[in-house]
Amino acid sequence: MKAKARSHGTFQQTLAPLLFLAPNLLIFTLFIVVPALQGIRMSLFKWSLLDGKTFVGFRNFALAFRDPMFWQTLGNTFVYVLAVVPLVLVLSLALALPLSKEGGGAGFFRSVYYMPAMLSLIIVGIAWRWILGFDLGIVNYALKSVGLGPVPWLIKGSMAMTSLVVVTVWTRVGYFMMMFIGGLQAIPSTFYEAARIDGAGRFDIFRRITLPLLRPIVLVVAVLATIEAFKAYELIYVMTQGGPGSSTKLLVQYIYQSAFEEDRLGYASAMSVILLVIIGIFTVIQFAAQRGNYENE
Amino acid sequence: MSRIVRTLLLFLISLIFLFPMLWVLLSALKPQSELFTFPLTFLPAHPTLDNFATAFKSGDFFLYFGNSVFVTVVATLLTVVINVMAGYALSKYYFKGRDFIFYAMIGTLMIPLQAIMVPIFLLLKSMGLLNSLWGIIIPPAASPTGVFLARQYIQTIPNSFIEAARMDGGGEFLIFRRVIVPLATPIIATIAIFSFMWRWNDFLWPFIVITERKNMTLQLALANFVGQFQVNWASLLAMTVVTMIPMVIVFLALQRYFVTGLTAGGVKA
Repeated sequence: MKAKARSHGTFQQTLAPLLFLAPNLLIFTLFIVVPALQGIRMSLFKWSLLDGKTFVGFRNFALAFRDPMFWQTLGNTFVYVLAVVPLVLVLSLALALPLSKEGGGAGFFRSVYYMPAMLSLIIVGIAWRWILGFDLGIVNYALKSVGLGPVPWLIKGSMAMTSLVVVTVWTRVGYFMMMFIGGLQAIPSTFYEAARIDGAGRFDIFRRITLPLLRPIVLVVAVLATIEAFKAYELIYVMTQGGPGSSTKLLVQYIYQSAFEEDRLGYASAMSVILLVIIGIFTVIQFAAQRGNYENE
Repeated sequence: MSRIVRTLLLFLISLIFLFPMLWVLLSALKPQSELFTFPLTFLPAHPTLDNFATAFKSGDFFLYFGNSVFVTVVATLLTVVINVMAGYALSKYYFKGRDFIFYAMIGTLMIPLQAIMVPIFLLLKSMGLLNSLWGIIIPPAASPTGVFLARQYIQTIPNSFIEAARMDGGGEFLIFRRVIVPLATPIIATIAIFSFMWRWNDFLWPFIVITERKNMTLQLALANFVGQFQVNWASLLAMTVVTMIPMVIVFLALQRYFVTGLTAGGVKA
């Protein structure tokens, strides 16, 4: 703290930051901190809008561990996350590499690739449902005209999950590509020049210079993409409603269903706490892996 | 040669990103009969605006549109004001607990709405904010990323500017308005644009808060239409196109701010 280095003596100057901070802090506390704590408390109750609440300790968690639907939606969520995150990482970096330097239409291509990221997931979902329709979609129409298909894109379990992963990646790569471009542009060109003088090949340069220097951004993208994937709901709501059956139902949808359709608010809160813990663990693991990488250098 | 191959490849990839939206637009311009008869044609044989006319006439399209505009504009103003003020307080003043507050805010990025929607719902209910547009506008206005961006940017403004203004006898709020805000315009624009985009596109907040038809936003209405057993694709596609247009215009007009915001670490809510 360099508190004494500044001339912040007057009463006004002590009060001012608190006033500047007050509106934000009030909303932040009321609508993030309080609900987060309340959610943890609720997870210990059998809580219903109709029948009121009873304290049940950790019984909601025990209930979840015996609930096949909890395990299925949790499993689906993991499949979704583990498919989306690596694809997003690799593809967004692959798109960023040729577009990090200006010129050659880089600005144009960046904008085009970014375009899906600024559309709402509702719109994206509607567009792809239209395209992937079984009878009337353009994709199956094109496949049929060359003697293939029709493919049950959204109406058969494993295929529906694949489609969701592909569409998710389609909407998000442009966004993360932009972050990688920012990271690539921050690497001083002298590093590359020196490597080239030393006779390093393109692949060597990528592996020895670009990738290590890009690590902080890789971490940020990995963490953001993981959190995003764990909270996925909108796209699925529009494209499959969790179906067919429960094959694309993710944990968030099950939480919503338990709370707002089945009036099991305590149970839904317990699953929310589990979701928060999982997101926390993944974030910590990614940070730890990052540090490990540095230490191995 | 390799340059041509590279450009060609980048161009082919562009088609993957452009085609879906283009196909929605072209489909929206087709008369109902052409949408569902084979062979499908790429371009509409008889382009028409009928689907748009139907969408505007039936249902409450303009109501939803108005709600979306109101929420987006008011929420963006609120978001910019409170987050830039907070970013200023956390960067140019020294007080006890300052860093704790900052890191606590950043830490909550790990708490998505999806994980607290149940208590949020009860809280808004007890405050009488359910089914009110204010229930969508106020709660998500305190944005950790907004504070982060504002703080990082304002930190780069030299302290001497602020001290000089103090010497001249400027009050603290006047200094904020006359010195900080003008110098922070680029980051204010970035925060405003991302807030605009996020609010226009947001689905989950309205989904939790709003149940009455008259308070629905466009995204909520669209999701409702596509959730029906018999989807009326002709007018749904037209509505989708209209909902998309404001975002496309904002994006094309203000592209450079999108890049600034993203390279500064990524803004989302």
